Amino acid sequence: MRRYLLKRLVVAIPSLIIASLIVFTLPRLLPGDAVQLMLEEKAYGKDVDDLRHKLGLDRPIYIQYFAWVGNVLTGNLGESLWTKRTVTEELGMRLPITMLLGGMAICFAIIIAIPIGILSAVRADTMRDYVARSAAIVGLSVPSFWIATLVIVLPAIWWGWTPHLGFTEFSKSPGAHVLQFILPALILGIASAAGIMRLTRAMLLEVLRQDYVRTAWAKGLREGVVVLKHSLKNALIPVVTILGIQLAQIFSGTVIIESIFQLPGMGRFLFDAILQRDYPVIQGINLLVVSIIVLMNLLVDLLYAVLDPRIRYS
Amino acid sequence: MARYIEAAATVEPVRHAWALPRAAHALFLFCRRKPLGALGAFLVVVMLVMALGAPWIAHYSYDESIPGSRMKPPGAQFWMGTDNLSRDMWSRVVYGARVSVTVGFVTIALSTLIALAIGVSSAYIGGYYDMAVQRVVDAWMSFPYLVIILSLMAVLGPGLLNLILSLSILVAASSARVIRGAALSVMENPYIEAARAMGTPHLRVVLRHVVPNLMATVIIVATIGLGGVILAESSLSFLGLGVPPPRPSWGAMLAGSGRSFMQRAPWMAIFPGAAISLAVFGFNMLGDALRDVLDPRLRGTGTGPAR
Repeated sequence: MRRYLLKRLVVAIPSLIIASLIVFTLPRLLPGDAVQLMLEEKAYGKDVDDLRHKLGLDRPIYIQYFAWVGNVLTGNLGESLWTKRTVTEELGMRLPITMLLGGMAICFAIIIAIPIGILSAVRADTMRDYVARSAAIVGLSVPSFWIATLVIVLPAIWWGWTPHLGFTEFSKSPGAHVLQFILPALILGIASAAGIMRLTRAMLLEVLRQDYVRTAWAKGLREGVVVLKHSLKNALIPVVTILGIQLAQIFSGTVIIESIFQLPGMGRFLFDAILQRDYPVIQGINLLVVSIIVLMNLLVDLLYAVLDPRIRYS
Repeated sequence: MARYIEAAATVEPVRHAWALPRAAHALFLFCRRKPLGALGAFLVVVMLVMALGAPWIAHYSYDESIPGSRMKPPGAQFWMGTDNLSRDMWSRVVYGARVSVTVGFVTIALSTLIALAIGVSSAYIGGYYDMAVQRVVDAWMSFPYLVIILSLMAVLGPGLLNLILSLSILVAASSARVIRGAALSVMENPYIEAARAMGTPHLRVVLRHVVPNLMATVIIVATIGLGGVILAESSLSFLGLGVPPPRPSWGAMLAGSGRSFMQRAPWMAIFPGAAISLAVFGFNMLGDALRDVLDPRLRGTGTGPAR
């Protein structure tokens, strides 16, 4: 187990290094100079070179990279070129919102997808299975921004009611704070639910065909025990591994959903930062997101080892 | 003599009716075995016809304001109503198919070429090269796709060509992973070893023996990828970083200035979104059915297109 753990950790490091390189270089390729834009706003002094020097943009790019990595390792992500607050501070305010939204979305996805996937596999090639599978493909095909738009537009026409747009602070009303996430999280979770359901079904079907399952049936065990106790655990192993990918998808979704529902999370912040060429913010968010995803993948791998002893001992 | 000719003339059509050409027969079988796949194929064909025949199918031009018909509900004259700028929604949806089809097909063609180059070389050369390439693909895939694409689009600037370029780079990474896997299993075959033993040059082995045997995988990956690309294009256009106006993109039609009018004119919200959903649904269904028919080994590996 310890060797497996170490191996996984070592493999995660090059991924993080490459990711940090991508994170650092991408925003620097943006056309239009942030410095130029800031000077046009006339809020940051007059001299281009002076400002560049202040921001450290006049040094060779590899030195900028190492300086940046050094800062990142000490927890300093720089300060936003626009709001003048530190990126750590900005992210600290926004991360909980996106975490709550994403966490709820993935929970909804799992709660919806796994029971339907099980039912679909156990009753394979029946009407219920066809309905579930078609619904899953519909779920993969319908853009989240369309559902969100309809959810805002249609109830207004039918019942004169619109879901609340805008943000309620936790301190003001804890109940309303949590409630406002339910609708966006559900919409965000639909695509992931569809993917998880399809994989659950496919994997469970595979397991149900195996000999030991036939033995379980032959022993006269009840269906619930055969499916839920003997088969499901093995079927869910691959499902656990794609949760990491689903998480990345869900973060993509937050960029759109947070904009529509006007939640001040990281997705919307990233979108604004890209439009304003706010390098430190773009880098900070990208790095944070990638680190979270690499960490989650690591956790998923560990969970994988807990679920499947074959991996632990190989 | 005349009698024979007559006989032949009467027999011939009957034989044709029974012995369908092979392609038509295969098509018939496909429809019977995969009704949902056939539905998907039908939706795809409808979309292609809309894109190719837009000037004949649409009643108006996509950016033509029709005087005195602002936000008219769907009816005989305007099948899908009109928008807040008095433009016919039906015409805009039809022309919108052009954007989706162009972006979809060109992107997939380009990304498939890139993915083949990366995937096959990675599988064929192996060793450190394979390891390095796969780590880069890993890192690339662990980014949320919208983050990459937004950054790329901001680098390149909006525009049809840039949109296609950035989407291709994105799709290529995940396709390359699948193609590498398929190439590895193709290379296990004895005929590859035989070709190598005969002294066939590497490039020839790859082009004549490896790549042709990957075609089933490529077709499946491309079909499912098309749905994903159309979805991604519409998301980007929705955010305002896709195809610039006045060219009508389904995603852009749901965004921007029109949003405030949608509660009074819900058809402005309903039809473009339905068009996106049906198009993506069509490609997903078709791709699923093709996968079952062409390559049962891939069953259950996909978790759906990127979005």
